[in-house]
Amino acid sequence: MRRKNILSLVIISLVGLIMLALISAQIIYSESINPQERFIEIKARKFSFTPNIIKVNKGDTVKIRFISEDVHHGFFLDGYQIQTKAHPGQEGSLTFVADKTGRFTYRCSVACGEFHPYMAGYLTVEPNLRFSVFGLIIIFIGLTSFSFIVFLERREKKNGQR
Amino acid sequence: MAKDKLFGLIDINWRFELTRFKLIRSLFKSRWFPLTIILVNLFLFVIILLAGLLGGFSPGNFNFGVMMVWILWWVLLMFVLVPVFSRIWCMMCPFPIFGDWIQRRRLLMVAEGKLGGLNKKWPKKLRNMWVMNIGFLMTTFFSGFFTIKPLATFILLGSIILIAFLLGIIFEKRSFCLYVCPVSGFQGLYSQFSTAEIRRKNFDICKKHKPKTCFVGDKKGYGCPWLVTPFSFKKNTYCGMCLECFKSCPYDNMAFNIRPPGVDLLVKEKRGLDEAWKSFIMLGIAIVFFMTMQGPWGFLKDMVRMTTWQGWLTFISAHSLISLVVMPGIFLLFSYFSRLLSGNKEISVRNIFINFSYTLIPMGLGVWIAFSFGIILPNGSYILHILSDPFGWGWNLIGTAGFPWTPIWTNLMGYFQGATLVIFYLFSVAYGYRISKQTYPKTEEAIRGWIPILCFLTLIVIVFLWLYLG
Repeated sequence: MRRKNILSLVIISLVGLIMLALISAQIIYSESINPQERFIEIKARKFSFTPNIIKVNKGDTVKIRFISEDVHHGFFLDGYQIQTKAHPGQEGSLTFVADKTGRFTYRCSVACGEFHPYMAGYLTVEPNLRFSVFGLIIIFIGLTSFSFIVFLERREKKNGQR
Repeated sequence: MAKDKLFGLIDINWRFELTRFKLIRSLFKSRWFPLTIILVNLFLFVIILLAGLLGGFSPGNFNFGVMMVWILWWVLLMFVLVPVFSRIWCMMCPFPIFGDWIQRRRLLMVAEGKLGGLNKKWPKKLRNMWVMNIGFLMTTFFSGFFTIKPLATFILLGSIILIAFLLGIIFEKRSFCLYVCPVSGFQGLYSQFSTAEIRRKNFDICKKHKPKTCFVGDKKGYGCPWLVTPFSFKKNTYCGMCLECFKSCPYDNMAFNIRPPGVDLLVKEKRGLDEAWKSFIMLGIAIVFFMTMQGPWGFLKDMVRMTTWQGWLTFISAHSLISLVVMPGIFLLFSYFSRLLSGNKEISVRNIFINFSYTLIPMGLGVWIAFSFGIILPNGSYILHILSDPFGWGWNLIGTAGFPWTPIWTNLMGYFQGATLVIFYLFSVAYGYRISKQTYPKTEEAIRGWIPILCFLTLIVIVFLWLYLG
């Protein structure tokens, strides 16, 4: 019985180590990629952006050309807290270094109509460590809780037999 | 016998009675409470309705009605009112006041004798959550309107108030709140998780007290308007916290307790498919709401706001399918695996399905709290504007009409959402195994039967994590 308990502990520790290794590998891989300059043209139209999902790597310099195709729109990037605006025929622009990782929502910052509060797009700066870390925490909790239950029940059973 | 401790820390039978304090007990026994709060809320809702009516089709983010209801009220409900204080919103809700007035013929004091109105009994077959389930789901079909268009908010709230009034005339007591109100169902479901409860204190006192004034009423208070039996009920789901039982109990045997979160999930009474489906519907709605409102997909937004009939019909069909069929279907499959792995063939899959559906309650609440961060943090600053100019008439009552749109802590939103999902997942897991032990008679069966459900919970929470952060 004790062997099984030790085995459970070893498995949990291994899972934890594997998770740490996965996150480290993600970080090391992202560090190994050379930063690039990214030119992105974003078009805004009631109530969506094109492209609506953008992916860049950490360290990239992102240059955005912001175009409105109908009314006055804005572009606000969560996390970086930067913004630009555009009227039809009058573009906006934005340049920044993608030094924070994760998924960030960009939103229209000018009230452009009824669905304006929900006009959004995603910029993902790889590696998305926030998602990886929380995901691994959840898996770890699931596995640990199960091992813990098995451990406790076996101990109780053993005590009962005595 | 060893105490059952949540996370090995909090005894799940621990209670702290707030009504032990004389001031709180006197307040709860006063007929002015909660009437005063209801009247304040009624005044607020008159302004909300007026703003909705006058706002017409203007953008909702500058409308008092839309912002107060769908941003402030919703977020308060999900962040504080339900998880902490159970159905405290029902305590202060102004919607049924007109029906109550007809029935009682007065607002403050107790009317003796038979209540007014037709006083009919609610149909037996509908004494469950199904009407609320379908009603709430159908309400969300129009989410692309009432969350953004003031007039749509007016029509929705106005309809709820009118239905509450009409049903108050026809059916006894709070039948509307119990069986129809779209807001009531999910509050009832998630209030099982909340950290507050109303319960009787001493079983023996209630046993000896034959008149059962808490149920039939007396000179000081009405018999339970929510048709529960205050002397014996065991879970928050159907207690509207109206406090009448505090007034009508001659022995002061009712208590308002603070307790560990989620303990009602272990109450076996009144578990049913209606409550199980409520959990799935709430998860389905969370997925659909997130994708349409906080997601980047413009074509979904077009569908929701009915730019074409075809698009909207596709949206409501997919939405219904996800909430009513796909989610429960996948869970049914995992429930079947649970039975298979447990090795116990005597327990029905139906029982396993129903019992384990209660593990979704903490997680579901967490999913909605995480979703609500995405509503309040980017849009909360609009509230300052509408407080100064509630009708869009160019007023500047408190000097904040010109306050610019300012997203607050949106840089931290992912962390808030991730942490919320993790915390509530922990509660689901903690209660899940206890429910497994209730479901399967032998420990070994409970352990094995728990594995597929744990996998399901983990899978679902990862899906939401991906939606919010991935």
